[in-house]
Amino acid sequence: MSWLTEFVRPKIQGFLKKEVPDNVWKNCDSCGQMLLIKDLEKNLNICPHCNHHMRASVTQRFDWTFDPNSYTRLDLPKAPVDPLQFKDKKKYADRLKENKTKSQLDESIVVAHGTIEGQKAVVAVMAFEFMAGTMGAAFGEGFIAAARLALAQQTPLIVYTASGGARMQEGMLSLMQMPRTVIAVEMLKEAGIPYIVVFTDPTTGGVTASFAMLGDIHIAEPNALIGFAGPRVIENTVHEKLPEGFQRSEYLLEHGMVDIVASRKELRPTLAKILRLLSNTAQPSEKVA
Amino acid sequence: MRQFLDFEKSVAELETKIFELQHVEQSSDDMNISEELKQLVEKADKQLIALYAKLTPWQKVQVARHAQRPHALDYVNAFIEDFTALAGDRLFGEDHAIIGGIGRFNGQTVVVIGIERGSDLDTRLEHNFGMARPEGYRKAQRLMQLASQFNVPVITLVDTPGAWPGIDAEERGQAEAIAKSIQTCLRTTVPIVTVIIGEGGSGGAIALATADKILMLEHSIYSVISPEACSSILWRDASQAAQAAGALCLTAQDLLKFKLIDQIIEEPMGGAQRDPEAAVASVKKAIQESLDELQAIPAQILQAKRRDKFLAMGRQEVE
Ligand SMILES: [Zn+2]
Repeated sequence: MSWLTEFVRPKIQGFLKKEVPDNVWKNCDSCGQMLLIKDLEKNLNICPHCNHHMRASVTQRFDWTFDPNSYTRLDLPKAPVDPLQFKDKKKYADRLKENKTKSQLDESIVVAHGTIEGQKAVVAVMAFEFMAGTMGAAFGEGFIAAARLALAQQTPLIVYTASGGARMQEGMLSLMQMPRTVIAVEMLKEAGIPYIVVFTDPTTGGVTASFAMLGDIHIAEPNALIGFAGPRVIENTVHEKLPEGFQRSEYLLEHGMVDIVASRKELRPTLAKILRLLSNTAQPSEKVA
Repeated sequence: MRQFLDFEKSVAELETKIFELQHVEQSSDDMNISEELKQLVEKADKQLIALYAKLTPWQKVQVARHAQRPHALDYVNAFIEDFTALAGDRLFGEDHAIIGGIGRFNGQTVVVIGIERGSDLDTRLEHNFGMARPEGYRKAQRLMQLASQFNVPVITLVDTPGAWPGIDAEERGQAEAIAKSIQTCLRTTVPIVTVIIGEGGSGGAIALATADKILMLEHSIYSVISPEACSSILWRDASQAAQAAGALCLTAQDLLKFKLIDQIIEEPMGGAQRDPEAAVASVKKAIQESLDELQAIPAQILQAKRRDKFLAMGRQEVE
């Protein structure tokens, strides 16, 4: 089977850590309190006043998930760039360039492998800072590469989701990433490899409606927006006030869509515990289809 | 009464004249009227052919949504014998936006699943304008599993503005229902043939279109987002839908070019809405041809091929 033989070879990729000066402040997105960024980062971007979980960068996610200095980033495969030659008020090609410069990332997914409390794992992080974490062809290739690496290493795959949905500028090629990512999930399921989804704020649209909702275990950060349609679209359709806490992590827990709502501080131990519980139980199946 | 689209105005005027003349002709034996009628009919047909030969993407959006186009139930009633509608997801309820059941297609038993948008106010309300809820997608999953169990092929007819964006739908896990439907399509051990008969609206469509063969009617559309919504978001202006329709590459012709669909089914002159019977016949023929090809493939290879087909999408662009 072509999809079994052509898995991607991991490549070591260096990265730089930026030091934040001591005197930079930021207001909490939720309660508005002034917070020293340095303190905020030490507290995993959680507001000490209101427990609001602020967005995190890809590097932060890796640092908070993996054991210190244990991870290696994966060089992701190439994908069609601007296949539609899309242009709205701005050219998509220009938007991509701007997002690359601004985020210092190549696309809306970054993949690394390393250890979590000594347990090997592949971790894919969706970068909301790159075009709102939208899913285009490059994302799809990255996700498939992550699954193939997990398959090749026989280690669990953990995915942090954050997405505004489809990458409109890639048209139907974007929509087709829904079945493509589900195929990647199916490869893991057949091989008995654990696949854990960590929902972060916000996760909506085609991402929620494909690979994200197919995890063996679903964990969500507190108060993350998780849904198919965005709240504004729903409000404009039904002309009703949305219920309190609608589409938030705790609401999804209540409605049976996630297993655990975990504070960011509990995430690493929770993931490690699950990995330990599910390790050595997998029976790689011989079946390919 | 035939409903004309804005861009068909010139044809509409000619046809009104033809209609009037036909009336006059009945009550007179003036040879000149017959001759004039003949010429007018020829002229109208010519204009119609010319118009439909180069519809803009935005015009195609309007044709795809035309109220008089045959809808899922029209196809089912026309070419599924002994159709036995099956209801419910066995979990919550029955969704009338998705119709499904078993029946006979050219003599063989099939499972058919269609998204029905309705054709007048009553039926549109009944079918929620073709916007399905989680229970609709879960019913579809049930029917696909039933097809695998009894080794009968699946035909899906897709025509939807998208999945229903309502509080109730979110509450019952719309995203999970769509994700599982895609997964169920991929796990199905029998051939799946999808026809986009009108509008293929985003996630609500792909949930039933992760198929071995994806066919599109000539003037149907298939898009990641409606041109109206795309216009509002990217142009920050709802009036740019026509431009968005062009940019999104949502026509059957564009999608075949990108190898995202397998085949285009030709429509009768002036679109499926002018001659539903002819459209239904073309669709029936195309489905049978696909089934003939797919039913010759062993189940394991069929599933692997289905995956490879989706995995290959977009890759030729980089090679
Ligand atoms: Zn706060």
